[in-house]
Amino acid sequence: MLTIEFVPYSEIENLNSVGRIGKLLDIVKQNKIILMQGRLQPEEETLLISETMSQIKKDFRGVEICTIYPEEKNLQFFNKFKKEMVKALIGHRDGVTIIGPSSVVKEIRRNPNKVELFTLPGASSFTSRGSRKTSRKKSRSRNGKVKVTKRRR
Amino acid sequence: MATKKSSKGKKDPKKNIKSRSKTNKQATISVEKKGSKEETHFVVKYIRNFFRRMINSIFAKKKNIKLGIYGPPNAGKTTLANRMCKDWLGERMGSVSKIPHETRNVQVKEQVTIKYDDKEMTFNIIDTPGIATKIDYEDFMHYKMKTAQAKERAKEATKGVIEAIKWLDDVDVCVVVLDSSINPYSQVNVTIIGNLAARKIPVLVVANKTDLRKSNIRRVENAFPQYDVVGISAHKGKNMEEFYESLFRLI
Repeated sequence: MLTIEFVPYSEIENLNSVGRIGKLLDIVKQNKIILMQGRLQPEEETLLISETMSQIKKDFRGVEICTIYPEEKNLQFFNKFKKEMVKALIGHRDGVTIIGPSSVVKEIRRNPNKVELFTLPGASSFTSRGSRKTSRKKSRSRNGKVKVTKRRR
Repeated sequence: MATKKSSKGKKDPKKNIKSRSKTNKQATISVEKKGSKEETHFVVKYIRNFFRRMINSIFAKKKNIKLGIYGPPNAGKTTLANRMCKDWLGERMGSVSKIPHETRNVQVKEQVTIKYDDKEMTFNIIDTPGIATKIDYEDFMHYKMKTAQAKERAKEATKGVIEAIKWLDDVDVCVVVLDSSINPYSQVNVTIIGNLAARKIPVLVVANKTDLRKSNIRRVENAFPQYDVVGISAHKGKNMEEFYESLFRLI
């Protein structure tokens, strides 16, 4: 079972960058995929990467992230001004950000207007701590040595 | 003894006045001398400052440009840095490998003077570790690495990513190296370029590995239409002239 948690912009609106990243990483660490309204600032994205790197452990190997937002190319001056005003008033609510733990999400492939999310085979069989269940298989080689190999389910 | 002392202590008042007037004269002379000395000192200081400012302005223009090489892992950042160093210094900068995260520390090569046409610029080349959002030690084990070695590499790689991000504030110009044979619409690429744009750092996008059959420069150009994209093969040294031209145009 995959869990997708929707995070509306209003939930992170009043948080500072550190608070936002902390909140998002807490959700991701519960093996949930985040569907967030709006997008992070470029500085927040690098902060997310830095924080992710500093928190990498045996049961947390990182995140997959993707942002899709409407293209703002070839906007006329008035429309551009209008958009900037809206951004200043209500924040960066345009677009959607998807963040998933790399133990569940193998890859997020983004073509300009299409997002494909690939999960790892057996992503549903995760323990609560996030580490994948493994099975041990014993096999006897020709010279009689017992070889134990870990297998992902 | 006491009388002698007292007689010595009592000086002739006339002599005293004379001596005072002498000292006053000397004082006025010394003041005048001091004034002229101050004036000359001021002039010397002014001239010295003028020349210092001139020299500073000349050297400020020739100050080494910090050129950051950024990109995702295995895009060919160190290969490009090596190519540049080989072209202009005759020596390599760092080791290259097929295994991702070979560069795990920021490497700086100072005083790399590059000439193009009649222009000459001196760079400090900063080769950074690849920026990634995930690092799994098990991925390294696919390259026949032992568990302990893979874990150590992963640990160092995470530190390298953090270090690379910190260096974003210290670069003057940036070359973002992308592998032209894979999909450029990755969030890491967008994040790197977005951050450089937010910091108003000039960016040159390099579509590397054009020698590969799957290479597609047009795809990189479409992904980042607002930036100058140069297709090169750092490994084979293909199209490096255009790369240097674009670099000089950028600055």
